[in-house]
Amino acid sequence: MTTRTLQFKIYRYDPDQDRKPWMQDIAVEVDAADRKLLDAMVKLKAVDDSLAFRRSCREGVCGSDALNINGRNGLACLADLAGFPDGKPIVLRPLPGLPVIRDLIVDMTQFFKQYHSIRPYLINNDPPPERERLQSPEDREELNGLYECILCACCSTACPSFWWNPDKFVGPAGLLAAYRFIADTRDQATGERLDNLEDPYRLFRCHTIMNCIEVCPKGLNPTRAIGKIKDMMVRRAI
Amino acid sequence: MKAKVTVRKFDAVIVGAGGAGLRAAISLSEAGLKTAVLTKVFPTRSHTVAAQGGVAASLGNSEEDHWHWHMYDTVKGSDWLGDQDAIEFMCKKANECVIELEHYGMPFDRLDNGRIYQRPFGGHMSNFGEKPVRRSCAAADRTGHAMLHAMYQRNLKANTQFFVEWMALDLIRDAEGEVLGVTAMEMETGEIFAFHAKATIFATGGSGRIYRSSTNAFINTGDGLGMAARAGIPLEDMEFWQFHPTGVAGAGVLITEGVRGEGGILRNSAGERFMERYAPNAKDLASRDVVSRAMVTEINEGRGCGPNRDFVLLDITHLPPETIMKRLPGIHEIALQFAGVDALKEPIPVVPTCHYQMGGIPTNYHGQVVVPGKRTQNEIVPGFYAAGECACASVHGANRLGTNSLLDLLVFGKSAGETAVDELKKSTQAHKELPADAFDRTQERLHRLNTQKDGASVHETHLAMQRTMQKHAGVFRFADLLQEGVQRIIEVQRDVQRTEIRDKSKVFNTARIEALELDNLIEVAVATMVSAEARKESRGAHVRDDAPDTPEHPNGRDDTHWLKHTLWYKDPDGTGCRLDYKSVTLRPLTVDTIALKKRAY
Repeated sequence: MTTRTLQFKIYRYDPDQDRKPWMQDIAVEVDAADRKLLDAMVKLKAVDDSLAFRRSCREGVCGSDALNINGRNGLACLADLAGFPDGKPIVLRPLPGLPVIRDLIVDMTQFFKQYHSIRPYLINNDPPPERERLQSPEDREELNGLYECILCACCSTACPSFWWNPDKFVGPAGLLAAYRFIADTRDQATGERLDNLEDPYRLFRCHTIMNCIEVCPKGLNPTRAIGKIKDMMVRRAI
Repeated sequence: MKAKVTVRKFDAVIVGAGGAGLRAAISLSEAGLKTAVLTKVFPTRSHTVAAQGGVAASLGNSEEDHWHWHMYDTVKGSDWLGDQDAIEFMCKKANECVIELEHYGMPFDRLDNGRIYQRPFGGHMSNFGEKPVRRSCAAADRTGHAMLHAMYQRNLKANTQFFVEWMALDLIRDAEGEVLGVTAMEMETGEIFAFHAKATIFATGGSGRIYRSSTNAFINTGDGLGMAARAGIPLEDMEFWQFHPTGVAGAGVLITEGVRGEGGILRNSAGERFMERYAPNAKDLASRDVVSRAMVTEINEGRGCGPNRDFVLLDITHLPPETIMKRLPGIHEIALQFAGVDALKEPIPVVPTCHYQMGGIPTNYHGQVVVPGKRTQNEIVPGFYAAGECACASVHGANRLGTNSLLDLLVFGKSAGETAVDELKKSTQAHKELPADAFDRTQERLHRLNTQKDGASVHETHLAMQRTMQKHAGVFRFADLLQEGVQRIIEVQRDVQRTEIRDKSKVFNTARIEALELDNLIEVAVATMVSAEARKESRGAHVRDDAPDTPEHPNGRDDTHWLKHTLWYKDPDGTGCRLDYKSVTLRPLTVDTIALKKRAY
């Protein structure tokens, strides 16, 4: 089996041991069975068990292993090893803009706080019918490109507006979720949802920089969803 | 030095925030009870998120269907090892639970008349086994993701209190056998807590990581099973593991059976649709154990594909591209990512891959944990509940049907939650006092791990366990390999008892977490190997070379001696184990028993 040695530069910081963060140079040998960056990281951990990172499904649906990989946010389990050129170390850092707990593990409290702030659940105050609420296939299709979000935070932590105002700007992930409920014909709270975003920061700090689209590992388009919410705001104002 | 333990009191503690835990939490939170949900990962990272094809319910949205037919299929799928009272309960409750999810906001696909879209799935038939029926309620091929997010969202509405990235370590049980909560570690700080509760609900999921090749997430380490086993609770039917027919060759990533439900076909190296020979009626939609064995037989007989002839092909190139992109978009993405194949144009290389644990912590259909006692074989363990993959109700018996796992976690998550609510509302007593030795086991484990010198590597020991399971307890089982496997896995267990970690940090120490997870995995691995070695028949997913298909024992099944559930017990001193058995519940709740017969598709 052909093997290949991969060089890494990895952001390390353990508040229990280190006075300040440092970059670790480390190498690992991978073989043909190792297809993804996460496979290599699991091997790295066998060499140095103190390297801390999150991971779970290893197939891009759970959103655990979002990292900054060579300067760009992405999921380790979806990053092809074949795509990394030889001779240049792979640089791994935690997602930018969030406090670091340890090594590649960030504190996502602020991210989830913003997600929770948009009331991410269906609001329908009619008594539930005995059977399913009906929805046409066309109306259901409106949710495609919205409901698939895995809350990995690649988008929000690539967004300069979120970096400057993480406490005030909902961020692309939260706004995508907001529009997911606005777009759902079963939801009755569109008015309240728009009120909840009507403020100089929560929605309008999006300056369509579009980093979110660039990095989303699921190919979603938060900017478009944000645009649709802005349109609705304008339409209801006139 | 003993770790300091801070005690927190709740009415109920739920361990795990996948489908079963979240469903139970909805019932408890909406009833206004003080509930803590402990989870190793943020809830939407739980493994339910990876379920693809759908959830079974006889809604009959596309054609006539009935819960009784679903029950028949489930009993037959289980090769008659499932308990018929629990199966009736589950199939009857299916519609209510799926409709409830829709009301929570789950984005199911829709039919033109606005109702939930349903697709065919393996082993689900109409009119007592006649022909495939559309019973699987789906959200594209992301049903688990849509379901998990919808239930997490409902819990936000209900103000459920989550403890995210907290790992439960051990069950607290007093001298009378009553369960009083769990010890747990806050992963960010490494501090140890006890959650003192009147009801403890385990929803910790599966443990497919005991095998080398698995569709399961890294987190599926059987934590609930390990904790239960260490506290003297038996594990039921652990010899029964489902190997999913279509894991991506090499990567192990799941390709849903929904692909075959939408018309996908399995082909061997000659391009032949070989399932026609093994299951003339259901073909590619036969039950999973049947399809997996057919695939391995094809490979073993030299009709595999690729340079090493070690996989078969899943072909959807004949389906309209619109159907693929609408109903199976995630599969298209997975095939590209993990097989390097554009499924619109080329078939996907697949192999049977460890997927689901049919066994688990024994419960009744109310979600209460039951163990043999002085009076009956199913005495309730006070204060202890389990639901979802970690539990064994038993609805899957010797083989689970696709889409019945999401149904299981909904129905039994809900019934465990509701039973706990009823019990808590009935009781007026304060929390029973914690025993003096409540934290001993946890403190000993942590102390051992922190002070181990010249020990075994967690990574290497984990690999040794996985390779042993893969070789000795796979799709087909052999008497000599099983016997040898028992010796081997006990050797691995000795290494697990002396694992060493170099990292001693208190902060988010994932080396420590992996070592503690391995403590749980090894209990499952030993239980599996020992239970499998002992069951001298073939049934469902457990097929042995020395129990072949004969006129006296069709399919190698021996109902005279083996129509019974295995119970595996860990010895209290931690060195050995023993087996016991209990009878299968053949009597349903209201309908007639589905009589034993030979299983064929």
